[in-house]
This record gives sequence, structure tokens and C-alpha cells, in this order.
Amino acid sequence: MTQRQITLIVNDRDHELWVAPSDTLLDVLHDGLGLADVRYGCGEGVCGTCTVLLDGEPVSGCLILAVQAAGRQVTTLRGLMGPGEELHPLQECFLRRGAAQCGFCTPGMMLTALDLVRRSVSQGRGRPSRDEIRYALVGNLCRCTGYTKILDAIEEYADQ
Amino acid sequence: MRLLAGARGEAKVLAGGQSLMPMLNLRLAHPDLLIDINPADQREPSLDGNTLRLPALTRHRVLLEHDLVRRGCPLLAEAVRYVGNVRVRNRGTIGGSLAHADPTSEIGCCALASGAQVVARGPAGDGQSDRTVPVSDLFAGYWATTLAESEIITDVLIPAARPGTGWSFHEMVRRTSDFAIVAVAVTVNLAERNGAIAAAHVALAGVADRVVLADPELTAGLMGSTADEDLDAAAARIAERLEPASDVHASGAYRRRLARVLTARALRQARARAAGEST
Repeated sequence: MTQRQITLIVNDRDHELWVAPSDTLLDVLHDGLGLADVRYGCGEGVCGTCTVLLDGEPVSGCLILAVQAAGRQVTTLRGLMGPGEELHPLQECFLRRGAAQCGFCTPGMMLTALDLVRRSVSQGRGRPSRDEIRYALVGNLCRCTGYTKILDAIEEYADQ
Repeated sequence: MRLLAGARGEAKVLAGGQSLMPMLNLRLAHPDLLIDINPADQREPSLDGNTLRLPALTRHRVLLEHDLVRRGCPLLAEAVRYVGNVRVRNRGTIGGSLAHADPTSEIGCCALASGAQVVARGPAGDGQSDRTVPVSDLFAGYWATTLAESEIITDVLIPAARPGTGWSFHEMVRRTSDFAIVAVAVTVNLAERNGAIAAAHVALAGVADRVVLADPELTAGLMGSTADEDLDAAAARIAERLEPASDVHASGAYRRRLARVLTARALRQARARAAGEST
């Protein structure tokens, strides 16, 4: 298939890339740019391991084509870290609470949680309740932790 | 529109992609041509007189949060909470959902209960050939619509809720965000004069090869009614008429029972809301 050139803005850096029109954003981020924090899980938008922020909103990287993301702001978990790879406060909470075991779901969990907290605060609803956090995370599956410590970590972050 | 007409049925239209992209990833669909319509329309929901106009590319998140939708079709704003997960709601669109015609669709169910219509644009693509199709004539079976291969949905038109309109949405799922086993959407209008029911619409998902509107003759008995027992009897009549199939998620008998119970709850809640009782 004829490739085409696009500019992808990932974690505030521009990348000039040649992509096939059928490449998903996940394909290009993981296989093309080597971003190991965006992961293939189910391929149907259910598991949440390929979650990225597109112009600040969580989307499934496996359900959007790379050409559709051209020129838009793509943020992966790595993009939350400081210039010297300092951890984001939410990552600190996950570490402190033991909210990651195998870690496969963790980037998607954090990006979804971050969007929830930001949105809840910016819309004047304040800190999300534990039930609201649960509801927001239904599309991020974790097979290790049983979710309790993930909820604890997100609540601790939301309290800050 | 030109590409779609030229592809002679071998093209798929890509809206939010939350159903079509999984089908492509799983190789369940393999169109020759994929037409991305996302850049084609930037319009927002608007109110034309008493009609809520939702551009086909209106995302589920907008349905959930937009003030015009919350006031004009609170049924839809509430039901969208049950659609997918946050990522699905950020990308998925109302037009795409209706065109996908899933028999368990919450959105299809609400569109039926609200008396919605879709605007379908034909191959000329100039708006001259646009026609409106009531959603009650849109679905043709599993993932099939009555639209021509060269037509796309451009708008969804919904009569705006008025004071005295009540609404309710209930569904049963194994896990939040799953496809509905059974979903029920109800709208009820009360007569101003005596608070009795003047109109009732019941739509169900998960009970047939498409989302269905209960036969008006089955709700006709509710006209003039003010008693909860009448609502329960109507729910039983509606459920009896259904012949849901059994599948891996639930037996047909269980689905019929759910249809009765959820319809009764939804009718009671819709009537209470129409009467201004807080529920």
C-alpha cells in the first residue's frame, strides 16, 4: 500500500514519518517510534493497554489510524514525566501504594485516571469519588492487582 | 459521496471507528476502500424550533455533556453513560452508532423511543437528494439498515422533550460497559388536564435482530391511565409478544423476563418524572 508522510506530535516532539494508511496509531507509536508504554492488548478497544491522550482525551490507539492523528497532540505516559525523567506525582502514588504488579495495564490506567481528575476539577466537580474512579476505569483491565490498590493510588493523587 | 458511489458497495465509511476498527483489526470486515468522514463536518448540536439537531459526527461524550442534549433529550444523555468506556465515548458518534445498527444499541433504543429521524444524503452529495428516514424504518436486521449503499447519515433529528415528558432508561449487563443483555428506553407524555398518560413509547434492545419499538397497540391501553398496575400490565403484554433468541450471554426466556421487569421499572420512573416527582 502506498505510504504517505505525516507529522505526528508525540509528547511535544514532532516526528516526520512514512506510514501506510492502514497503520493504527498504536502500530506507529509502538513499532515505529519504539514507545513501549503503548501496548497491544485486545485490538478492539476493551482492555485499555493502548490508551493515549489525543488532544488531551483518552482514546484507544488500536482503534484510530495514524493518519487520523496527524498534526494532533498525542501524549503517552512517558510524556507526563519531567525533562530529567522525574516521575509524575500520579506515578509516585502508584509506586507508594503498590498499584502495579506486572505493569502491563499501568500506563493506560494512569492516563485514564489523569483525564478523570483533570476533567472533574476543571468542571468544578472537585475530587472524583471512589465510585466515579471505578466507573472511569471500566475500560482498563488489570489481571493482577484486583484494582483496590489502583483505586487507593488514584484517590491519593486526587487528594493532592 | 463520490468515492462511496464509485465503490459500488465495496467501501466502508469510517466515523468514530469504535465498531468498524475492531472489525477491521479482527479481519471481520475487509473493505476495498475506507472513507474517513471525520474531517467533513465540524457542526455542534443545535435546536431548530422544537427539534434537536445532532450532526452525525456528534461524539458520545458531547451527548453526555452538551446542555442542549441534556435538556432536549435527557433520555439520550442518560443512556450514553452505559455506552462502552471513556475511550469509546470520546470517539464514537451517534450517526455511526445508528448506521452500525447493533441490535443491543443503547443509542438506537433511545432514538426509537424519542421518535427520532435521520437525514440520509444520497450520491449527488449536494443536499438536494437528502431524505429523512424515521429511525423506526431504519433498521433491517443484524447490523443492517434500509439505507442504500451510496447513502450516509448526516444528521439525527429528535423532537425536543417538553414539560410533561418523562423518560427512563434501564439495562442489564454482566459488567459495566458490556453490550446490553436487554435495554429499555421509555418516553411518556402526560395530559396537562388530569396527569393521565397521553402517549407512551417503549423501545427495547437485545430482544431481536434489531432494536425494536413496542407495538403501539400494546401501549394503547395506557392512555388515560394513572395507576402503576396498568404500567406493569403493559410491560407484561410487551414482553409476552417478544421472541428473543438464546445465545452465550443469556437464554431467550431470561431476556423476555428482563424485558418485562425493566420495562415496568422504566415506565414507572418515566411517569414519575413526567409528573415532576423526583426519582
